[in-house]
Amino acid sequence: MSGAATVDAGVRTLVVRCPDWPLTALGVGPLQPALVLASGRVVATTPAAREAGVARGQRLREAQFRCPEVRVLERDDSREARRFEVVAAALEDVTPWLEAWRPGSCAFGVRGPVRLSGGEVNLVGRTARLVVAALDDLVGSSAGHPGCGIGVADGRFAAGLAAGAADASVVDGGGAVVVPPGGVPAFLAPLPVAVLGRPALVDVLVRLGLDTLGAFAALPAADVVARFGAEGRDAHRLASGMDGRPPDPRPVPPDLEVSVAFDPPVERVDQVAFAARSLSEALHGRLSDSGLACTLVLIEAETEHGERLARRWRDEGVLGPGAVADRVRWQLEGWLHGPPATRPTSGITRLVLVPDEVVPATGRQQGFWGGASAADERAARACTRVEGLVGPGSVRVPEWRGGRDPGECLALVPFVRRDGDGPGHPSRVVAAGADGPPWPGALPGPLPAAVHVDPATVEVRDAAGRMVAVDGRGVLSAPPHLLLSPPAPGGSAATGAGDRVVAWAGPWPLDERWWDPRRRRRSARLQVVAADGTARLVVLEGGVWRVAATYD
Amino acid sequence: MAAPHRFPASLLAEPDPFDDLAEEERAEPGAEPSRPRSVPTVGEVASRTRPTVLAVERALPVLPALAGLFPGGLRRGITIGISGVGARSLAIAMMVRATATGSWIAVVGDPDLGLAAAAGQGLAMERLVVVEAPDPTGWGPVVATLVGAFDLVMVAPRHRVGAVDARRLAARCRERGSVLFHLGAGPWPDRLDLRLVVGAATWTGPDAGHGRLWSRRAGVTASGRGMESTGRRTELLLPGPDGMTGGA
Repeated sequence: MSGAATVDAGVRTLVVRCPDWPLTALGVGPLQPALVLASGRVVATTPAAREAGVARGQRLREAQFRCPEVRVLERDDSREARRFEVVAAALEDVTPWLEAWRPGSCAFGVRGPVRLSGGEVNLVGRTARLVVAALDDLVGSSAGHPGCGIGVADGRFAAGLAAGAADASVVDGGGAVVVPPGGVPAFLAPLPVAVLGRPALVDVLVRLGLDTLGAFAALPAADVVARFGAEGRDAHRLASGMDGRPPDPRPVPPDLEVSVAFDPPVERVDQVAFAARSLSEALHGRLSDSGLACTLVLIEAETEHGERLARRWRDEGVLGPGAVADRVRWQLEGWLHGPPATRPTSGITRLVLVPDEVVPATGRQQGFWGGASAADERAARACTRVEGLVGPGSVRVPEWRGGRDPGECLALVPFVRRDGDGPGHPSRVVAAGADGPPWPGALPGPLPAAVHVDPATVEVRDAAGRMVAVDGRGVLSAPPHLLLSPPAPGGSAATGAGDRVVAWAGPWPLDERWWDPRRRRRSARLQVVAADGTARLVVLEGGVWRVAATYD
Repeated sequence: MAAPHRFPASLLAEPDPFDDLAEEERAEPGAEPSRPRSVPTVGEVASRTRPTVLAVERALPVLPALAGLFPGGLRRGITIGISGVGARSLAIAMMVRATATGSWIAVVGDPDLGLAAAAGQGLAMERLVVVEAPDPTGWGPVVATLVGAFDLVMVAPRHRVGAVDARRLAARCRERGSVLFHLGAGPWPDRLDLRLVVGAATWTGPDAGHGRLWSRRAGVTASGRGMESTGRRTELLLPGPDGMTGGA
């Protein structure tokens, strides 16, 4: 293992990570409890909120239960990007080869700048001072931001983890984590496998008893490939301290760069972003024609007066057309709305996208007729628009949950537009899987086409006019004969003749969650067909019959 | 008597919007208004040179069982009203084949729609979007947005839809080739292109306590533009014994 690591160790990299960036960008300091919410889930918290038990991935209700005084903020991507541009611009004093990963973290290769700074310790110190000075300027005080974490290691993966582990509060380079050359396997070994960031694989590894990267890396590589395929191989390489993908000797073909000229020059970000969308689709098309995908893209913008802003953006996953367009928008937001000293003096005349690092495209399996279709795109845009008109959470899509009642098999969840892929939600499950759990006692099909949100009470009478009951063994007291709607609260007692029952089936008793005294449910369901041909599902629960659904 | 002094027309007219231009660039006040642009836009050229769209291509596919009602498929750009008990099942059945070929559905303001039944009939649930009923003033714009982007839009308004909204939606359907379904017996202020009424259903399956609901035979009456005044009547299995819609 260690022999392989020295042969194939990654490029020595320095990673700068600003912890809780979404909050810093919104101007919230680390001392007040606050959280940032995106599509109903907590995505970032301040240290003060974390102390109270708020964690990422929680729902708002749970977070507020743990910390009632927490301040809730909505995520603002463009603001995050705009403010991070200030930090990235400050780091250009250290190196021109800065790679932005996403707002809040960026990286650069150590080899060049370390010679200028005279040693890694000095380089780390200088970087930390520059970043903290930029943050101080941005927020206005040194108490308004949690500082930055710096990690240095062989390879981006280890450097990123080192930056995450660094104590951001120590400013002068002392808090950075510097993994010595060749020390990456030892640094990674005790870390949990969850840091690999591949939930499906990690789940299997944990169940196999491999809960640290060291244990996973100790497996023979050939066995890992045989069992987990290419994804397992990449994860195994990361865990052993190598670069995620095996080196690919293919050079980037020279003609992949795409550009667009603006005449007249454009001043507004949304106009450029609009052009960037089709430009990144063109780039994506060219790449996929050569069987390639892009992991590092150079976005270069030029103004009428010759000012240039070039920034490299990296994504370890593959940068799809949507992701590239987003990054163009982030970069230009930061530039065009940045501090006056760095703001360009005229409109943008040219936008260039250069794929700086490509890998063979093995990744996403597109749909049979090609990826997200135009219809998918249109639908997603309309959903976003309607959400803007009606309010957040008003547009919902079905998701499979499973259950015994027709109303609980599919739940409606808020529509979320995923970055980089269509709204087809490859991850959203809409039907029972073949290996899903069975639901004994589920209502037999065909299922009712109208499941009433607010079921109306009804009286089920037998031929003698008595209420029909179901005993403990699930047997009806008498065959149902008549369905009577109860009188309206203010109306007269007469309710008409009611619906005569011509056919019925059931009852099917249901005793759910009998082990849980609070959520326990006992009911009996009956299908009845009235004389007019209307079939209904009536449910007896707590001594009251209700029309739960209609076979509409 | 001297001829009455005539004001130049330019002084009486609206101030010229380009009066900061040089003299020779200004439009002559008496000259005819500038001619419309003779160079067509790319969009215009594309629409002129587009091959003729056959009527068959302007239709959404339907299940074979519904071919009697919709020979050649569900014509795009029309408005359809469906009422009667069984309306939801029929609406879903009409959409099943279209969603399987990539069309999206939006359902506005029908909280009672049985999603499990829709999935059971074979609707592609990954292309279904459910929108909460917006308040009556916002209803028109929301549905208009959806009609522009979704091939199939089903509405079940609980309020009185304004005549202006209804006409605008119908026009937008024609323009975009979407199909608007109006569910339920509630009034619709505009003339619907097609009206379907589900009536007289008989269920097979349940007996006194034995069996279960199995299949329904229902008569569907279609009336509307381009149809005989008495309407066209078909018998359908909604659903058939296999859970799918079948011809009777």
